[in-house]
Amino acid sequence: MKYQWDFGAVFGHFDMLVAGLVGTLKLAAVSIVLGVIVGFVVALMRLSRRPLLRVPATAFVDFYRNTPPLVHFFWFFYALPILIGLSLEPFTAAVLALSTQSGAFYAEVFRGGIVSIERGQWEAARSLGMNYRAALRRVIVPQALRRMVPPFVERSFELTKTTALASSLAYGELLYQAMQVNSITFRPMEVYTTIAAMYFIVLFAASNLMRLFEHRLARIG
Amino acid sequence: MKYTWDFAVVRDNFPLLLRGVSVTVELWLVAFALGLALGFAISLARVSRRPSLNALAIGYVEVFRNTPVLVQLIWFYYAFPIMLGAQLTPFVAAALALTLNTSAYCAEIFRGGIVSIARGQWEGAKAIGMTRAMTMRRIVLPQVMKRMLPAFTNRAIELAKVTSLASLLAVNEVMYEGRLLSSTYYRPLEILTVVALIYLVLIYPGSYLSARLERRLAARD
Amino acid sequence: MIENVTTTMSAVAPAVAAGAANTSDVVIRIRNLHKRFGDLHVVKGVDLDVRRGERIAIIGASGSGKSTILRCLNFMELPSEGTIELDGKAIGRQASANGASGERFYSEAELCEIRARVGMVFQQFNLFPHMTVRANVMEGLITVKRIAKHAARERATAQLAKVGLQDKLDAYPAKLSGGQQQRVAIARALAMDPEVLLFDEPTSSLDPELVGEVLRVIRALADEGRTMLLVTHELGFAYHFADRVVFIADGIVHETGTADEVLKHPKRERTQQFLARFVERAL
Repeated sequence: MKYQWDFGAVFGHFDMLVAGLVGTLKLAAVSIVLGVIVGFVVALMRLSRRPLLRVPATAFVDFYRNTPPLVHFFWFFYALPILIGLSLEPFTAAVLALSTQSGAFYAEVFRGGIVSIERGQWEAARSLGMNYRAALRRVIVPQALRRMVPPFVERSFELTKTTALASSLAYGELLYQAMQVNSITFRPMEVYTTIAAMYFIVLFAASNLMRLFEHRLARIG
Repeated sequence: MKYTWDFAVVRDNFPLLLRGVSVTVELWLVAFALGLALGFAISLARVSRRPSLNALAIGYVEVFRNTPVLVQLIWFYYAFPIMLGAQLTPFVAAALALTLNTSAYCAEIFRGGIVSIARGQWEGAKAIGMTRAMTMRRIVLPQVMKRMLPAFTNRAIELAKVTSLASLLAVNEVMYEGRLLSSTYYRPLEILTVVALIYLVLIYPGSYLSARLERRLAARD
Repeated sequence: MIENVTTTMSAVAPAVAAGAANTSDVVIRIRNLHKRFGDLHVVKGVDLDVRRGERIAIIGASGSGKSTILRCLNFMELPSEGTIELDGKAIGRQASANGASGERFYSEAELCEIRARVGMVFQQFNLFPHMTVRANVMEGLITVKRIAKHAARERATAQLAKVGLQDKLDAYPAKLSGGQQQRVAIARALAMDPEVLLFDEPTSSLDPELVGEVLRVIRALADEGRTMLLVTHELGFAYHFADRVVFIADGIVHETGTADEVLKHPKRERTQQFLARFVERAL
């Protein structure tokens, strides 16, 4: 049976899909920024010599790395409101879930970068009389930053794909908007193929741009 | 406002959750096994000298890596059947989508392994008079395995987390059962927390073993 | 170039250059130093007095504990037991009330202060790769001694000229040879104007043809009257450099004396055996 493709219906509602793409990018951008903050704090805690800081941070990272993102989305939207007595907007719940989750992964990226700097650098810094913070700030982190860029970019890329899960909370990112358009036009084939193409174009372009940037960075360094 | 936790609902419905776990495991096994096999085939196409095969393989891999998994799941459940002219059960659609997705990632892992075979290892072995087969078996393959194994275990862990998305297609794996229970009994906090813990129990041992394996392989270098 | 520098320094500090070990006050006093790494007992009770301006060469086989002893002096390793006094003041605090356990607590603040006064040159140079040569030398002055940037810059430039690298001020360490990198490392340590300078096998990582340029710089420093301790395998250099040679074996001081005494006329058998292995290198 030959299928009759009809993209007209979909393109008639293209504005909805564009709004969805904006929603996706908005969610991704906010979550990346907050995730970096969370990741920074957690990384410092994991690097700390005090078990009181290190153990909870490790538990945090292990938890987020070994549970599915969808569980986090649902937990923040359905379960957390019960604990705090406040209901949350889909966007808020999605941001909370994504930032804490990406924060855990970013923490590993940051920590990995710092730990990869050889001991001799620490020793040289200390031998001049620098304390832990000064050594970190002046010697270790500047070198680690460069190494963190590729895994950081990869993680942010994954985060952007994970925004699609926010559709299950009825947040108006691209997948959710596609579902809306589908419920109007009843053309799932065209609708979902279109958004797949939209995701692909945006992500493919972004990943290639990033690869270019990384090459440039490697050449400077 | 103090909240009183009540895990009775979880306790009473635990068999249901366990059934969900068995579906999760089933889905994971099918997708991983088939994805691994298919991935190998695609990797061969990827390194083939025929430009048409090569291009197809690249396209395949890029499509699955540059679109969100959830979009792939939705597409195979809602869109693809229209092209086929036949309805797919949620499980089959999910298994299909996850198999193809896994195969794309595995193809890249295999390709990395195959390409590393092509470099340098042959000369050293030839220089001491080893036959091609012996070189392959004793020098090249062990090292290639060493490099690919961590990547495969990471993929396996990622897949275990991704099975939770099948719940959005109403596949009755553990996430779906959890959501069903929490909407039936209005105890999302306890139920979702337990679902998270179930995943943790399922996946954490895998992560731990994989980390130990990586360390042992790295130490042998 | 470096020969000229040597004579210049001799002219500037004649009294010090002549007989540096004349002053008798003790700048470092080590008592009953022990260091354990887990079950491994590496340093097993070392006593040593280092007089101001003295040049000490510490020699011994690999694994004898000589580097560990040196690294305890700027607290890169914390002593498991025993005391180290700098300028008459014991570093750290007693762990138990009556001092019975020999263990001490060391605060980071105190250790940072000590390290600014006791400089170290490492076997692996450990230059900061993300900074230019001059910035490397300035770093301690700006961050630790809180000297103003322009003053730090002048000092760094002067120190680098002293080690013969005035042409490499804005180069990055990766572009330098091993010998040049080690000279930068020496300039970096010197810029802090330390009371004591420690050298942990400074030429062991260098290609043979680059060893000489580093030893020349160290030799020139020796004439300045700075207190220096050098852990080295270069026995020929140690002979010319050191006022005192300390031979470490099995984690303790096995023999000590002047360079002539220990290297040319060792009294103890272990020392003789050790030196016999170096018989190809003419003293």
